[in-house]
Order: sequence, then C-alpha cells, then structure tokens
Amino acid sequence: MATAALEPEIDTRVHYLNVNYGIRSWLLTTDHKRIALLYLASITVFFFVGGAAAVLMRLNLIEPQGLLLQPETYNKLFSMHGIMMVFFFMIPSIPAVLGNFLVPMMVGARDLAFPKLNLLSWYVFMLGGLFELYAIFAGGVDSGWTFYTPLSTTYLNTHVMAAALGVFIAGFASILTGLNFIVTIHKMRAPGLTWFRMPLFLWAIYATSIIMVLGTPVVAITLVLVALERAFHVGVFDPALGGDPILFQHLFWFYSHPAVYIMILPSMGVVSELITCFSRKRIFGYSFIAFSSVAIAVISFLVWGHHMFVSGQSVYAGLVFSALSFAVAIPSAIKVFNWTATMYKGSVSYDAPMLYAMGFIGLFTMGGLTGLFLASLATDVHLHDTYFVIAHFHYIMVGGAVMGYLGGIHFWWPKISGRLYPDGWARFAALVIFIGFNLTFFPQFMLGYLGMPRRYPIYPQEFQVMNVMSSAGASILGVGYLIPLVYLIWSMRYGPVAGPNPWGAKGLEWQTPSPPPTENFERTPTVTEEAYAYGNAAQEAHVG
Amino acid sequence: MSQHSGHVVSVKFYSLIFILLVVLAMLTTGMAFVDLGAFNTVVALVIAFTKATLVALFFMHLRWSPALQRIVGVAALLWLAILIALTLSDYLTRGWIPAPGSWESSLNFTRDFVASLLGWS
Amino acid sequence: MADSHAALAEQFDDVEQQHDAASLGMWLFLATEVMFFGGLFASYTIFRSRYDLAFIEGSHHLNVTLGSINTVILLASSFTMALAVRSAQLGRRRTLIVFLLATIVLGLAFLGIKLSGEYYRDWIEGTVPGLHWSYQSPRAPQVELFMCFYFFMTALHATHMIVGFGIMAVLIIMAARGQISAERCNPVEMAGLYWHFVDIIWIFLFPLLYLVGGRY
Repeated sequence: MATAALEPEIDTRVHYLNVNYGIRSWLLTTDHKRIALLYLASITVFFFVGGAAAVLMRLNLIEPQGLLLQPETYNKLFSMHGIMMVFFFMIPSIPAVLGNFLVPMMVGARDLAFPKLNLLSWYVFMLGGLFELYAIFAGGVDSGWTFYTPLSTTYLNTHVMAAALGVFIAGFASILTGLNFIVTIHKMRAPGLTWFRMPLFLWAIYATSIIMVLGTPVVAITLVLVALERAFHVGVFDPALGGDPILFQHLFWFYSHPAVYIMILPSMGVVSELITCFSRKRIFGYSFIAFSSVAIAVISFLVWGHHMFVSGQSVYAGLVFSALSFAVAIPSAIKVFNWTATMYKGSVSYDAPMLYAMGFIGLFTMGGLTGLFLASLATDVHLHDTYFVIAHFHYIMVGGAVMGYLGGIHFWWPKISGRLYPDGWARFAALVIFIGFNLTFFPQFMLGYLGMPRRYPIYPQEFQVMNVMSSAGASILGVGYLIPLVYLIWSMRYGPVAGPNPWGAKGLEWQTPSPPPTENFERTPTVTEEAYAYGNAAQEAHVG
Repeated sequence: MSQHSGHVVSVKFYSLIFILLVVLAMLTTGMAFVDLGAFNTVVALVIAFTKATLVALFFMHLRWSPALQRIVGVAALLWLAILIALTLSDYLTRGWIPAPGSWESSLNFTRDFVASLLGWS
Repeated sequence: MADSHAALAEQFDDVEQQHDAASLGMWLFLATEVMFFGGLFASYTIFRSRYDLAFIEGSHHLNVTLGSINTVILLASSFTMALAVRSAQLGRRRTLIVFLLATIVLGLAFLGIKLSGEYYRDWIEGTVPGLHWSYQSPRAPQVELFMCFYFFMTALHATHMIVGFGIMAVLIIMAARGQISAERCNPVEMAGLYWHFVDIIWIFLFPLLYLVGGRY
C-alpha cells in the first residue's frame, strides 16, 4: 500500500539523523542509534565480501572437476567466506545493529550505559575488519575459519597471522558490546519495567551478551597462542614438545560453539517480537521463552566436544558431549512450540517481517533437527566433514538467523529511517530468498549423506546434478539479497513518512516518533502493563 | 553512607588484610619446603584461593557490594571450571575406551597418572 | 555535548546508578579477563596432568626467592592501590597521588626483578623456548613446554601490569588537574578493581609456576 510517490516526502522534524550533519558528527557520535547504523553499513559490506566468496565457490562447483578455481584458491575462498560471515557479519549483525538501536529504547533509557565504549567497539570492529581485508588482498588465508593446528601454526605459508589477529581484535568489539548490554539491562530499566515485563528481544540480547562476555576471551587467547606458535616456532600445540593439536580444538570450540548461539539467540528474540505483533496476540509462554534463552546460553558452553567426535578426542568425553548436545536442543524446541501456539487463533497478517519470521520457524526447525543427527556420535562419524554439516548450519544460520535479521530490519525500518518501504517488493524478496535458500541448501543434505566431503573443490561425477541445483539456488538467493538493498535505500528518500507506530505494535520503542530524537524519550517513561498487551485479536486491526 | 563514593574502609582494616596476605604468601613458600607429596599442590592452591578471596572481598570491596557483582565473580570462576573440567574429561579418559591400536599406550598412561596421583613412581 | 568532566554523565539518572553501572561493567570486564587467562590456566592444567615430572623439573629451574619477593611486592602494591581508592573516596588529592605513585613504583620493582633477575637469567642460560633454548635433559621437550607456559603467562601478566601503569598515570594527571573528587572517584575505584585483579592472577601464577612438586 506504500505506493511510490514521485516527489519525496519531506519530514521537517529534528531527530537523530538530522540533528547534525557532517562526517565528524557520525564518526565521533556516541548516539547508540547512529552507532547502530555505522555497524549496519560495515556488516553489509562484509556480508557482500563473504557472499562474493560464496558465489565463486558455487560457480566452481558446477563442474565435478572444478569450473574455474585452483584448489589453493578454493581453500582461500571457503576460509574467507567463513571468517567474514561468522565473525564480521553474523556475530555482530543483530546485536550491534538492532541491539544497539533498540536496547536503550526498549528499556526506556536515553542511551546505553557506556556510550563511548559503544563507539570504541565500532572502531575496534573496523580495525579487525581492516586486518581481515588486508589478509584477503595480500593473498588470502587457507586455514578455514577454524584455524586448526598444526596446519595454521606450522604448515601454512598464507596470511594466517593477519587473519587471526583480525578476528582477535574484532572479538573485543563483541565483548564491549555484550558488556554494555548487560549493564544497561540490569541498571537502566525504566520505572515499572520489571524483568518479566521486558520484551523478549531484551531477554535474547541479555542471554547473547552473557555468551559474548564469557566465551569470546577464550578464542582470543587461543588465537594469540596460534600467532605466538607461528612466530616463535614453539608452542603448546606442538607435538614435538609434547603439546597437543587437539587442545587447540578444545579451546577454539569452547567459544565457537556458544558463538553459534550468539548468532541465533538474537534472531529468536526478533522472531518473538514479530510473531506476537503480526498475530495480534500476546506471546504464549512468555516466561518459558525468557528462561529458555538463558538456558540456551548456559548449556551452550557444555557441548563443544560435538565438533570433535572424530578428532582423536576420547570417546568417553564424546559420549558426555553427545548427551549434553541433545539437552541443548530442548530449550530451542520450547521456543518453536511457543511461537506456533502464539499464532494459533491469532489474527495473522502476512507482512514481510512476518514472512521472514514464519520462514525462520520452519527452516530453523529443519536445521535444528538435522543437528541431532550430528549430535549423536555414531551418525556423526559418517556425516562429519560432509555437506550434511554445511547444510545443517546454513539452515540455522541463513534460514534461521539471517531471516530473523532481515525480518527485524524490515520490522524496525520505519522506526530507524522514518520511512515505509514498498511492501510488495519486500514480500517478493522474502519469497525469492526462501526459494533460493531451499534450492541451495536442501540438496546439500543429500550430498552430505551420500558422502560428498566439505571444503573440496571437486567431487565425483554422480553428484553433479545436485551441485548444479545448489549453485542455481545460490544465484537466486544472491538476487534475493540484493532486492532489499535497493528498496530500503530507495525508501530512505522516496518512501512515505512512517508514523510513530505503523504496525500498531506494543513496546516502548513504538511510543517515540519515527525516527526518534537523539535522547529517545523526552521524559523517562513508566511501564505499567505486561509485555505484548495486545487486546482481543479480532477487534484490533493494525494501522498502515 | 554516601550515595556516590561507596563504602570507605579504615586504614587499619586494610593493613590487617595486607599483613594477613603477606603471612599467607610466606606460608605458601614455606610449605613448599615440606614434603607432603601430592598435597603440596592442594595446600598451595587452597592458600592461593584464600588470598584471592581476601583481595576480592576486602580490597575489591565485594563484601560491601551488591550481590550482582558477587554473582559475576562466581560466574567467571564457574565458567573457567567448566572449561577446565570438560577439557580434562577428554584428556583423562583417552585411555578408558580402547580405540584400535592404542590400547597399550592408553593403559600405560592411565596407570602412570593414577600412580602419580597417589604418590608412587 | 555536555561537559565531559561533569560528575553525572547524560545517560544516567543519578550518581548512584552511574556508580553501580561502572562497577558492574568493570566486574564484567574482569570476568572476561578471567576467561582470557583461563585459556592458559586450562592448557596448563592439561599438560601438568600429563607431564608432571617435566613440570617439576622446569619449575625447579625457577627462582623461588625472587618469585616470593615479587609476590609480596605485588601484594603491597594492591595495598597501596586500596589506600589510593580510599583517598579518592575521601577527596584527599595529595595522598591519592602519593599512593598511586607508590603502586606504580612497586609494580615497576616487580617488573624490574622479573626482567633482570629472571628473564635475563633465562636468556643467558638458554632456557627461553624457541628463541634461545639449549637445555639438555631426558625430558627437555616437555620442560620447554613448561617454559612456554611460564613465559606466556608471566608475559601476559606483565602486559596487563604495564597497561595498569598507563591507567594510573592518567589518573595521576587527572588528580593533579583536580578532576578527581569524592563525588567523582569512580575512575580510581575501577582502576583499583583492575589492579587487584592483576594481583590475583599473580597469586595463582606463583604457586602454579614456581612451586610445582615442592622444594624439599
């Protein structure tokens, strides 16, 4: 219904975007909303860098003998794809963009607890990104995003140190962000905003922040150890001294498994917000969802050994990790049940954010269920290092987390930009992404089950049909990601001016004008009602 | 109690804690010269934890801080314990369930480790 | 933008909230530091359980006397730091600066002893892993592994001390300019927490590195 106006609507109010102009006002800002946009720009760039690597990889995989890449180049591409996507897109995405923008508003504060630390975190992030881009342009790194020893410490002569240092530095940005969120949520909630009146997005961000704060330092020290061993040719992962390469894997995965929950928890928080708003109904099982977020954060630290079942880790430890990995699936399942129960007998509308949320539920469920195949020791022996693993985590990361991210961007876009985007194009893009995604990754489950290894630039002839399907899907998916880039940017100038609450949603952030003024609230609000206090679903129709 | 500068501790109390810490430090070194076998390590760590607790509670004011700060401190230690315990669960059990070709070395390792725990060699 | 040296920052409602937030933030940061060092402590634990004889041999090579002296020096620096925080809380500028200086001096003494008495000694004797290793013994490789831990952990600790010196230097300058007062003593208190943490790390490093296997 937001038909394009030929003349751009002008909004004459003063708000956080136009309160001052000039590059210094952006690069030296301490306004959490501007910092969120700085992050948005950066991670979008990094996303397309990582995406470019994926495009080249999928192009290569059209031919069983490899279409255009040398094996060494292919190794560099999957490494850079993983590093950029994990550390420079997924981990910051929702926390640093939507979290930074919304957390102060959702708690009813003027800013985060430590605005200057917030700006510092963006600069630290960019410094890490620069190291990483240097590593790419200086010739790349081919250790995989996992930097396994002794390959990374001893045998590679690519830019391992620059790449590892880039990740190390970016980790501190993550720590600062998480720290800021935890303190803000504990200490700066508005009067009346008890823990159990908070939007579930805040619970999700809080749980994510716990992981960021407690897990990231371990991968930091691990990468330092890799760099030291590379530099001094001696270290704790070196078998010649009695060291153990598998120790690296323990330390690495101690963070990197919880890291995948850093990537999914915020997205689940977004989905909670979207499902309840677009079903016009209070979320079913609020406290279950809240507690399950924290439970996921805690249990996520107990399962890392499931990445190491075939590494030489003790089988007994593998049993323990396997059992715990089944446990971590339970809170996630609880959320899925609660979301679907929310939709039941709700008044569901199919705006673009809701399409993303519904896509999330289905695809995350598939990704999560296939994780159980990998969590059980015996089947993992067969599936480890195959395309099954790749399909599993892409279903969760892309089908889940990225969908949630896009849904959140679309949901809060009117608040962030003050403009409405064209809903027809948005729904179309969501559909294109959904189709492209499934075409890309569903065949990969079958490829993996049939035995195609991951990280290989070539494969046996009989796998070609499914590889071509996957590559075709990837091209559709790529187009799908470009469409929102176009209309969202377009909407910033030509979209209709959005009111304070175009979705008729509940939440403190919707009580402010769109875009909000720099200080968010003229006076600190007082919260008197429960979260998601939607009335009778049949009586309320959303505005806009 | 001032609402901004927090709890103020007397010089006398700080000095008491300091003296206690130095005594414990000297005790740590002194005990190393006494043969307690495997318990040397236990004693040293117990004293270290005691010293750390004194510093945390009194120098770092945890004793008079909101419970949340204490929870953060405990959580950090707990998470470190998780890292150590679950990683050790791999290394200590590598010999337990035989993998092909490694039975002998696993047996030897387990035997040696248990022996070292009990002070035999 | 409001005066950046105002007692109350814009985003907070009152000084108590500001103090609580700063304190919680610093404790969370210390939790990250626990995990940062924790990776090293965990790795140490693994290898000590595996190579306890080599670790004993390596540990006996370290200088218990210097290590003990350094432990007391660092405890003293924690004492002076606590007194510095107390001075800030009471608004006593001169004693604050004196105690901060004392803390730095003690810290420098610690590093001086470590560098000249221990690291330098290791360099001469050829017990620096990778860079200058000429130690002979049946267990030499695992002793080198132990020395890796010794150098990594103490060097990381020393780096944290040096950062601490920088922080205290900044505080001294702030105090000299009159920017620290009883109403605005958060920075000193937070720096104090950091410095005490550095002390706690050493409290654990000392027995784990210097006293492995006893000295009887």
